Amino acid sequence: MPLVELRNVTKLYRLGEEEIRALDDVSLDIAEGEFISIIGPSGSGKSTLMHILGCLDSPTSGTVELDGVHIQNASSRQLAAIRNRKIGFVFQFFNLLPKLNVMQNVELPMIYSGISARDRRQRAQAALEAVDLANRARHRPSQLSGGQQQRAAIARALVNHPRIVFADEPTGNLDSQTGEAILQLFRKLSREGRTIVLVTHDPQIAAVTPRRIEIRDGKIAEKEDVSLASSDL
Amino acid sequence: MAAPLPGLAADSRRYSSQLGITLLNGLREIWAHKFRSLLTMLGIILGVASLVAMSALVAGMEKGAKEALVAIGGLEKVRVEPQDLPIEQRYLTEQAVGITINDVYALEQSAPLVSRISPEMRLSATVSAHGKRFRPWVCSGVWSTALEMSEHEIEHGRMFNELDDEMARSVCVIGTATRDELWGSPEKAGREIIPIGETLYVNGMPFTIIGMFKHYVSEQDRKARELAKTQGEPKKQEARVSRDRGRGKRGNFIFYLKNATVYIPLNTMWMKFRSGLSYAGFSSTSSSPGGATGDPRLSDLELKVASVDLLTEALQQIRNVLMSTHRGIEDFSFRTQEDWADQIKTFVRNARLSGGLIAGISLLVGGIGIMNIMLASISERVREIGIRKSVGASTGDIFIQILVESVVIAMLGGLAGLGTSFALVRMLSSFSPTENAPIISGLALTVAFSFSVLVGVLAGLFPAVKAARLNPIQALRYE
Repeated sequence: MPLVELRNVTKLYRLGEEEIRALDDVSLDIAEGEFISIIGPSGSGKSTLMHILGCLDSPTSGTVELDGVHIQNASSRQLAAIRNRKIGFVFQFFNLLPKLNVMQNVELPMIYSGISARDRRQRAQAALEAVDLANRARHRPSQLSGGQQQRAAIARALVNHPRIVFADEPTGNLDSQTGEAILQLFRKLSREGRTIVLVTHDPQIAAVTPRRIEIRDGKIAEKEDVSLASSDL
Repeated sequence: MAAPLPGLAADSRRYSSQLGITLLNGLREIWAHKFRSLLTMLGIILGVASLVAMSALVAGMEKGAKEALVAIGGLEKVRVEPQDLPIEQRYLTEQAVGITINDVYALEQSAPLVSRISPEMRLSATVSAHGKRFRPWVCSGVWSTALEMSEHEIEHGRMFNELDDEMARSVCVIGTATRDELWGSPEKAGREIIPIGETLYVNGMPFTIIGMFKHYVSEQDRKARELAKTQGEPKKQEARVSRDRGRGKRGNFIFYLKNATVYIPLNTMWMKFRSGLSYAGFSSTSSSPGGATGDPRLSDLELKVASVDLLTEALQQIRNVLMSTHRGIEDFSFRTQEDWADQIKTFVRNARLSGGLIAGISLLVGGIGIMNIMLASISERVREIGIRKSVGASTGDIFIQILVESVVIAMLGGLAGLGTSFALVRMLSSFSPTENAPIISGLALTVAFSFSVLVGVLAGLFPAVKAARLNPIQALRYE
């Protein structure tokens, strides 16, 4: 059974009088341990797809099953709990809380899952070590470079041992060298068995993943092309 | 619109483990905007401080008024005073007898609910001695029952007895204020002067002083005095006492009036001065002091009834007796201390109400201030709320976070307000019109603090709901 199962998902937005069909009858499976990229130009619907996959949004119609749980009818409280325990997010603009230090930022998801202070500290420490940032635990995000901030955000995404990690243009705000390092980090995490979904507009970045899904005008554009998987994986 | 708020009671263990962190977060947020938070708290501080100070002032006044009430004889006391005839009896004016000594005998005979009677003949007198003159507040011919009736206590010498009254002896008992005015106060003289055996001239007539009352002071003056006595060197102490005395005269007027008394036997008063005219001096009654019957006429009667519970019945009884001795002419009226007690109650209630209203409005304004700042704060932190939601904060978590922040501001304001209230009370009491020291009660502090917390909760509700309902996707995109 796949980890994620999308069936005939449609998402409509109302923008004034106009009705926008952000997703149009999308069906998709993601298996556990997959490293997959969702690629498409801006406005294609890839962000909407990620929001629905990430339980930030609900589909207008169709069914979404994540880890055996149907989420299309879940309450906002249930969605919050699923985001907390099963999903990790990495954003383009890092989205760390500026008033908290790196350690406190990484602890944040565990606060909402009610983990004891001692366990929080231990797990946050371990997550920071995994992204090689343990020596910056007491720094504020503003005292870190972009790459370091993104690594802190990845540590935060991983700390609650999610079933799936979504990365939304994770290199979009970094120079190419640092971006490459971040992609290497994702590759490493994938080898460790994490399920990772990379959302990007850049085919070059998408090339690092063995499986790619192209979204165009709210639909999956092409048949997935496994042969395009980069050889250096 | 987002989904409705989930039940707050659910998952309470998780919330309680989070509460510490949420509190810490609130404090951090407040600390990050120190000046803004202080300004916001100011409304609450002022509201709480004024609530406590107002209640302390009123409590002080209430205590003072009740003390004064006891000092003049308590609730069982009834005063019978002469009064103009009612309209329908005006033509009987010439036959009105007024309150006479006969009424006293009649009441003693036929009013069993009256436990004590004290007739009084007032004299508008100037007393002189030692080359000084003084107009006492009370110069009355009385029986020795007046001692008990007006809560007087003899400290030196003795009260005149029935024999003195029978023989119409020229003796008198004075209060300490009379002594102070004529012979000098203990503070000025440096020692207590006891003028027993000295001659006092009342409107030119010589009287021998045979007794002197205790010096009456309010509870507060007495305490201040004792404090002054127990500490400090004698010189300093003296200065302090004389200052207190000066204050006492101005402030605790009731006690000063009580000290400015001269009592002489009733019979002596009648023989020497033929007084009995009402000091209120109304001309409608007969001009001859003896009245229509020629009996000794009294200024008023003071009665004590057996118990306060039987006051209404006792008044009816007294009325029946007096109606019979006055042949149906209603030229008297009753005055009870209950009126005064009611007045005190009414005053206290009104003062509480108006003070509470002002403090309440101040707290309300403080609450609006908090709501305003919380709304500003969440619109600054839309992105933060989005991030928190993306990592798993539920609407309830965000709701609690904002509410806690609001309550923390209000509680800090409340605590600061309690501190301020002590300073405010001290400041107010230094130039308050009454001498009654404000009393800060634990209840007032508790109530004021609870109100500040309540205001915090109410002011936080709307911003908290607003923050909790933010859509996470839009919140994350917010710049």
